[in-house]
Amino acid sequence: MTLDRAKPLALPLAVLAAFELWARATHLQSDSLAPPSAIVAALAGALADYSIPLATRDTLFSAFAGLATGSMIGLALGVALGLSRVFDRLMEVTVEAVRPIPSIALLPIALIALGFGYRMEIMIVAFACIWPMLILSRTAVRSIEPRLMEVARALKLPLAQRVWKIVIPAALPRIFVAFRLSAGIALIVAVTVEIAINPLGLGAGIMLAQQALRPDLMLAYLVWIGVIGYGLNICLTVAQRRLFGRAALSGENP
Amino acid sequence: MRRAAILWRVASFAVAAGFIALWQLIADLKLVSPVFLPGPDRAWASLVRGFSSGDLWSKLAGTLEHMAYGWLAASIAGVAIGALIGSSLKMRTYVAPSLEFLRPLPVSAIIPVAIAAFGLTQGMALFVIAFGAIWPIMLATVHGFAAVEPRLYEVARSLQMSKMAVIFKIALPSASPDILAGMRLSLTVALILAVVCEILAGLDGLGHWVLLSARAFRSADLFAGVILLGATGYVTSVAMSLAEHRLLAWQAAVR
Repeated sequence: MTLDRAKPLALPLAVLAAFELWARATHLQSDSLAPPSAIVAALAGALADYSIPLATRDTLFSAFAGLATGSMIGLALGVALGLSRVFDRLMEVTVEAVRPIPSIALLPIALIALGFGYRMEIMIVAFACIWPMLILSRTAVRSIEPRLMEVARALKLPLAQRVWKIVIPAALPRIFVAFRLSAGIALIVAVTVEIAINPLGLGAGIMLAQQALRPDLMLAYLVWIGVIGYGLNICLTVAQRRLFGRAALSGENP
Repeated sequence: MRRAAILWRVASFAVAAGFIALWQLIADLKLVSPVFLPGPDRAWASLVRGFSSGDLWSKLAGTLEHMAYGWLAASIAGVAIGALIGSSLKMRTYVAPSLEFLRPLPVSAIIPVAIAAFGLTQGMALFVIAFGAIWPIMLATVHGFAAVEPRLYEVARSLQMSKMAVIFKIALPSASPDILAGMRLSLTVALILAVVCEILAGLDGLGHWVLLSARAFRSADLFAGVILLGATGYVTSVAMSLAEHRLLAWQAAVR
């Protein structure tokens, strides 16, 4: 059993060891590669002098602020479109016309409207997060057990209460799946905006390390960004399993 | 029934036109400074001007070229590597977990590494786009291979088919819905990364064009570029859906 669990580790460890040996043997001088030991040292150094923790805070702040804004808008629209067939049909062309715009294409617009900084990054992340939330919560609301809606109608609940007491709780497991997807997208978009242009956070840190010809620090940032992405994914998957159990799994493949 | 659908479609276009009219109204009343928000009329005029002078054609072609090369390279490599991993249990236990670990990595983080290795060149863009677009395809292929009906493999064994024949005659066709879904996801990734690479490396394409327009505060050109990028995303995804439908028609018939 323990051997089985160790098997997946064999490949990465072997690759790292081979790379380390190769780098030592050839006295590697490169602008793009560094031996794993140097990467670990750079990572430890950057963690100790707070440059990576501060950059992480900036990136996560932008990502989460954008995620909160975008998923709120997406959820509101998704619930409205899911509840009303008429509204859904009327908005179809508009939604289909705006959705395919790649979020990163809004970068120049956000740049001239808001300048560098948190606000433009948050706006772009929010735009990217609206769509998965809208699409998935619309499907989730539409697939609510019809008898629940009949109960709401029989009780003559006003719209706000119907949404708050029936629709949202019933669709919550699948809405959380959408939230998990959006969180991954938020992090990706935040880092991409920082790499492309915004002098902020982890993306700017890794670009700076590259321009300073510090491959060890650059790869340390890369590893750290990977750890953050992986950690966020794990946290949300665990939260999903804890909060909703098997109910959430039904939303994976609508 | 059909007529109702057409009527709804018309109404839906009317609503979209209403939003564009609202946009025009906001621009005309100068509620938002025209430096940031050109009216749809100015954006449209800029589109027409760009296309008639041939400027936008070459930018559009540049972006499509980056996208297409990177995506095709990713598709071929992704299916090949995915097939290699997916068709052997050993590879699945040893290699697949590492891939799952790498998957949540924001792919754009590879851009600085690519710049350090290749410089600000077309090769860099190609590498980044292919690297980003390969994941969905490769993972979908691995998943598709793992999910092949086991009885089909048994049939192959009793027919003593060679390994290659099993891959090409059984595994690839039955994994094709997964693979095509992965390719469709990758198309979006390829477009986004093409734009980012053009912005960073100043490569000829729409990404560079919108950034230059923003720097010069030519907002009409900027909106024209963004509209064109949206259209690119839309058209490529519709084309992919059509291709998917065509290629998978035999499967629908079997079921």
